[in-house]
Amino acid sequence: MIMASAAINAGPMPAPRRNRQRLIESVAGCGFSLPAFLLLLLIYIVPLLVLGYLSFTNYELGALDTRFLGFANFRKALSDPVFRRSLGNTFAYVAIVLPGAVGLGLLIAVLLHRRKRSRSFYEVIYFLPVTSTLIAMATVFQFMLHPSIGPINGVLKALGFSAIPFLSEPAYVLPTLAAIGIWHLVGFNMVLFLAGLSAIPRDLYEAAEIDGCQGGLDRFMTITWPLLGPTTMFVIVTTSITAFKVFDTVAVMTRGGPMGHSEVLLYAIYLEGYQYFHMGYASALTLIFLAFVLIISVVQTLVIERRVHY
Amino acid sequence: MAKVELRSISKSFGDVPVLAGIDLDIADGEFMTLVGASGCGKSTLIRIIAGLEQQSAGSVLIDGVPVDHLRPHERKVAMVFQSYALYPHMRVFGNIALPLVMSRLRLYERLPLLRLLSMRRRRVMAEIARDVGAIASQLQIDGLLDRRPSQLSGGQRQRVALGRAMVRQPAAFLMDEPLSNLDAKLRVHMRTELAELHARLGATFIYVTHDQVEAMTMSNRVAMMDNGTILQLGLPSELYARPANIKVAQFIGAPAINLLPAKINASGSVELFGEELALRARGAPGAALTLGLRPEAVTPAPLGTTRAGLHALTGRLRRSENLGAEHILHVDLAAPASGTITCRQAIDPATQATDAGGIALLFAPSACHVFDAAGQRVTDVETPSVSGAAAATLPRAR
Repeated sequence: MIMASAAINAGPMPAPRRNRQRLIESVAGCGFSLPAFLLLLLIYIVPLLVLGYLSFTNYELGALDTRFLGFANFRKALSDPVFRRSLGNTFAYVAIVLPGAVGLGLLIAVLLHRRKRSRSFYEVIYFLPVTSTLIAMATVFQFMLHPSIGPINGVLKALGFSAIPFLSEPAYVLPTLAAIGIWHLVGFNMVLFLAGLSAIPRDLYEAAEIDGCQGGLDRFMTITWPLLGPTTMFVIVTTSITAFKVFDTVAVMTRGGPMGHSEVLLYAIYLEGYQYFHMGYASALTLIFLAFVLIISVVQTLVIERRVHY
Repeated sequence: MAKVELRSISKSFGDVPVLAGIDLDIADGEFMTLVGASGCGKSTLIRIIAGLEQQSAGSVLIDGVPVDHLRPHERKVAMVFQSYALYPHMRVFGNIALPLVMSRLRLYERLPLLRLLSMRRRRVMAEIARDVGAIASQLQIDGLLDRRPSQLSGGQRQRVALGRAMVRQPAAFLMDEPLSNLDAKLRVHMRTELAELHARLGATFIYVTHDQVEAMTMSNRVAMMDNGTILQLGLPSELYARPANIKVAQFIGAPAINLLPAKINASGSVELFGEELALRARGAPGAALTLGLRPEAVTPAPLGTTRAGLHALTGRLRRSENLGAEHILHVDLAAPASGTITCRQAIDPATQATDAGGIALLFAPSACHVFDAAGQRVTDVETPSVSGAAAATLPRAR
């Protein structure tokens, strides 16, 4: 910027000097972006290229020779029942966590927004799970949900209900994991929504009140929800990507069980790569995973972006 | 159309009193302006009338009926905000239609999906579209109905805000500094339009402003507020010609009134800088007074000029502002007097006073506004009969 304005201030220059100026500017520009570009190259681009290469081979960790397989890994993935099951489980998990974490986060934010004294107290309470390490918390939840010694089932039994095998019953395991995922995400979404809410001018609520918006529902539908659009879009994208990456709770609490009912994408990739050492196949699965994340973000951005900015 | 009555309205925020017992009757169809410096409580008062703020004590009556317990939209008033408060996600049509949508459609008919169940929604929306179209063409914004507020200029947004207020056909329009976000030229233009709109609609307008020009030019009556009370309520011309309080005198009129320290001498006359004026004010001898002298009541003249019945002060020209049709002169008074006097002078090179060693300032003592030490107007003022004849021959300042 500084150089550009200096060039403008200098007025018309003879051609050779102008070219020299332009060269200096482009060299300086490249110089400034070089450190960031190098980091990007080292951390993202090179590993991604290696990943892409590996996904076409049968490379195994420690193997001495590697064969090029073409698309065989991808064909295998499409017909692999474990992978297909983990894909389905992941989508089911996202389908529960996304509305839960976004809706609850919004609800809590709307409830807290108008509170004055108790607001920071509740903010801390809801935000604490975000700051905790999910791996450690997963261990705690495993104990809490234990069928015989866990306090949650203890309470259920004390109230006269039968114990619920949260983690060992195939029908319950995914919702249970999703509930933990929601618990971990809600606080973060709440903070984002609170920020979005405070950006809505108070005038608009007053104008709406004069124009006849009577209750909370009218107010929410007329002002709050539409004006939270950009925030909501951001929250939806981050939440679905985070939910798509579910791993910690599965690895610690269920190891994909019972009978593969909590197998999710990242856990399947982890098993293939680091338990069975099928690096080539794991790379192919990772590429598929990345493609899904990319599709989610692009679709959401394209579809919603057009409708939320005024 | 409605009359609005305020009965000893008080309001305090915590320990801070903002309004102290306001009584005000606003007649049906009147254009009432609340004017005052920022922090005088005028905005709080209009928000209390709108129902956006709850008064600490007192009562608001619209058409003789107390509305204190009613929600804003039930009071049948419309408000135009300083920021316009247009809904940024709706198009102009949606903005203007919202009050009608809210009042004519039932709750479920306004909700997504559920509204598909309604048989009458399509018909009601068509009626709303017709009403919005009528308002839009009145305001000459019918070409803008598909735009978003962010695509409008300041003046267009102002009209949309007005349209949203008009479409409900409210009993009263409340306007909270609606012109202060416009540039100077547009503000002058919208002033005229608002006054014409008021004449056309015949509705009650309650208008808040800190701009005395807006107050003077548009209103039927003006209530000048200060510190949570109404200092003076009257016709714009009354506030100008007979300010009840020194603060009113200072606020109304541009350039601002000149204030000069004076006192009552032993014979009961007003003494200004040691000289007796042909002006008598009742009060204890020695009591301090303040004389208010409008810039347009002072005639500048070459040094040494005297005229019968006019009092003369001398000073040196400090600065002169050329306004095209006239000059505003700032004159530093010469000892024993002190202070600065602002006066106006029509541009006429033949009689133009230039500062050749000084300038004389002539004024009729009868043109002085006299205020006591507390700032209240002294009404017990008389001018000896000689000056009455002279005042008739006064060269008119304007």
